[in-house]
Amino acid sequence: MSTPTVSPGSVTPSPAARPAKPGGGGPRRGRRRQLLGRNPLGLVLSAPYLLFVLLVFAYPLVFAFYMSFHDYFFAAPGAVVDRPFVGLANFQEVLSDPAIVRSFGNVGIFLLINVPLTVVLSLVLATALNKIVRARTFLRVSFYVPYVTASVAVVVVWLFLFNSNGLINQILGPLAPDPAWLINPLLAMPTIAIFVTWKQMGFFILLYLAALQNVSDELYEAAATDGAGKIRMFFSITVPGVRPATVLVLLLATVTGANLFTEPYLLTGGGGPNGASSSPVLIMYQRGIEQGEPGIAAAIGVILVIGVLILAFIQRKVAGGDES
Amino acid sequence: MHSSTTTPHRSARATRRLLAAAATSAAMIVTLGACSSGGDSGSAEGRGDITIWYSNNENEVTWGKAMVEAWNADNPDEQVKAQEIPAGKSSEEVIGAAITAGNAPCLVFNTAPVAVPQFQKQGGLVDLSSFEDGDSYIEARTGDLSKQYQSEDGKFYQMPWKSNPVMLFYNKDLFAAAGLDPENPALATYDEFLATSRTLVSAGVSQYAINPSATSEFFQSWFDFYPAYAAETNGTLFVEDGEATFNSEEGVAVGEFWKTVYAENLAGKEKYTGDSFADGLAAMASAGPWAVSVYKDVVNWGAVPFPSSAGTDPASAYTFSDAKNVGMFTACKNQATAWDVLKFATSEEQDGQLLELTGQMPLRQDLPAVYPDYFAANPAYEQFGDQASRTVEVPQVNNSVAAWQAFRDTWTKSVIAGEGDVTDAFDAAADKVNELIAKP
Repeated sequence: MSTPTVSPGSVTPSPAARPAKPGGGGPRRGRRRQLLGRNPLGLVLSAPYLLFVLLVFAYPLVFAFYMSFHDYFFAAPGAVVDRPFVGLANFQEVLSDPAIVRSFGNVGIFLLINVPLTVVLSLVLATALNKIVRARTFLRVSFYVPYVTASVAVVVVWLFLFNSNGLINQILGPLAPDPAWLINPLLAMPTIAIFVTWKQMGFFILLYLAALQNVSDELYEAAATDGAGKIRMFFSITVPGVRPATVLVLLLATVTGANLFTEPYLLTGGGGPNGASSSPVLIMYQRGIEQGEPGIAAAIGVILVIGVLILAFIQRKVAGGDES
Repeated sequence: MHSSTTTPHRSARATRRLLAAAATSAAMIVTLGACSSGGDSGSAEGRGDITIWYSNNENEVTWGKAMVEAWNADNPDEQVKAQEIPAGKSSEEVIGAAITAGNAPCLVFNTAPVAVPQFQKQGGLVDLSSFEDGDSYIEARTGDLSKQYQSEDGKFYQMPWKSNPVMLFYNKDLFAAAGLDPENPALATYDEFLATSRTLVSAGVSQYAINPSATSEFFQSWFDFYPAYAAETNGTLFVEDGEATFNSEEGVAVGEFWKTVYAENLAGKEKYTGDSFADGLAAMASAGPWAVSVYKDVVNWGAVPFPSSAGTDPASAYTFSDAKNVGMFTACKNQATAWDVLKFATSEEQDGQLLELTGQMPLRQDLPAVYPDYFAANPAYEQFGDQASRTVEVPQVNNSVAAWQAFRDTWTKSVIAGEGDVTDAFDAAADKVNELIAKP
């Protein structure tokens, strides 16, 4: 089969370079088509979403970078204020503040517990839910309800469960930790990590359930014929079969985990005890909004964004995101 | 390969189209920006309609509506439109955002004094001293207490409006059940307070003697440390003459007192989502007169001043004001009208209405003498009316919220958790606070 080939030196004439067709509008129309494409209406239709992305994601991100290099604060329109360039001073202050450094450590502990737990539990539960026939809808809804319930309402329940006289401690009896879970410097962050895992589990189960529909039954049948057991099939067929979903779950769990705010804000009353459950985003709120230091808050945010990007890159490499 | 030669063209075209789409979007942004532009500073002479915000507290809404109705009836050309402060994590957050957006209302009847230095730095507040009768009106109404509300430049960026002097509420029934005298509780000194608390807890009438929130928010120290510090020092502010005062002997004594309370589990260290006083979890609570109507049919309560090491005399005791004031915002076009509304809303008549409807104390000097009929008819509020003249406010200093957060972090660690030496911790916190308030 012969295919038309073009030598490297020959370049297809661009529409603008072609002679204008009679009545075709001439070079001006050609330039317009070159700029706007065949269907200019497509640009108009896609512009609102692009506008949304520019306004809600790109502009704030660029502006956060700008703020992080300035002694910035929010001011009334028209107010004459000085916001001098301070170079890396905000980053220096962030990295030398033990409370902020600790918050990054806290969120590291959170991610170490939350992300693996989320991936393993949601995959196992999704696989089980995919297999069972009875009460399937009931169980799916049960796992999904915490995800769609307002955090404020769920937090109150957990406060009752995990306080010193709560149900968990009553069950544990003499094994109950002292101080109790949420006021224990060693246990506060792990408790929050478990809470978030439980609350978001429904969403990740849903992702895995969708991915499981793409794993062919024939693979399981063939493996069964070869004498593979259920565990072997899980590790040899299910796990590789849902790898793209695993990459997505890893990424989403990491991104939402790094943005931890509501739980330390509500569950441990501002990152207590003594900052043991504070998170970078909570401190961003305190420094940027409550204390009027958006420059410092932006510097924390920039470091957080870079950290999450690095983690996402590593996860993509390790979990095989390229294949997705 | 064919594709190797066409890719640059496609790529270039795609880039151009992306740029074209971006340009279209940018044009829409500019258009939107033009639509939302505004926020020009108003004029001190401007007259006309204005907007005000008030708290979402039910009683204050009732007062606010009645006040606006009364003003509007007499001023058809200068109408007031009122609404509750939009919902947010805090009123200060919402007001701060409104300042930045240039759409703050003319007046906010719920401006926290701690936020005023920040709003002022943002260029969001009108200097009330710039009105011809600004200083004289405020000083005549509030008296010497008004000085606590002056900014560091000596001007008023807030109208002192109302206070909720914090006192120690106690449950008379639980005191009686523990064998304590409910009419004359022994709570004047630290020793008496601790002995009474131990009796309450050991008798099993409540799990805790008192249960102030042990969480880390910057404002929580206003309900455990600050009232006790005001009582111990007879009215010393958190910061005076540009320096933190709490690392004094008196401040450390307050810290040691609370440290003992927590160490002996006389107070809880956990977050409690309900009202521990109303629920009987604690036999005492730190609260202002707003709580009188809340506890009226729930708890058989009494109230006394906070204790001090030498003993607090109710006739001369100081406490924290827990005041909320009124700010006028620079986005206001008709500031002359706003000033008149502000004076109307803080007139003797409207202050009386506020007292009647909310039980909160207008920041007006000689309160019991101005409203003798009210206090005669409502004896439960009498001691709060008297206490209102002896209050300390959150000092009007730079980075006030950050300073209180620094102190709270120290408090939760050294007092609530009992880690380390209180004196050393307070010294370190004072250094940090001094550094913060010295920053612009």
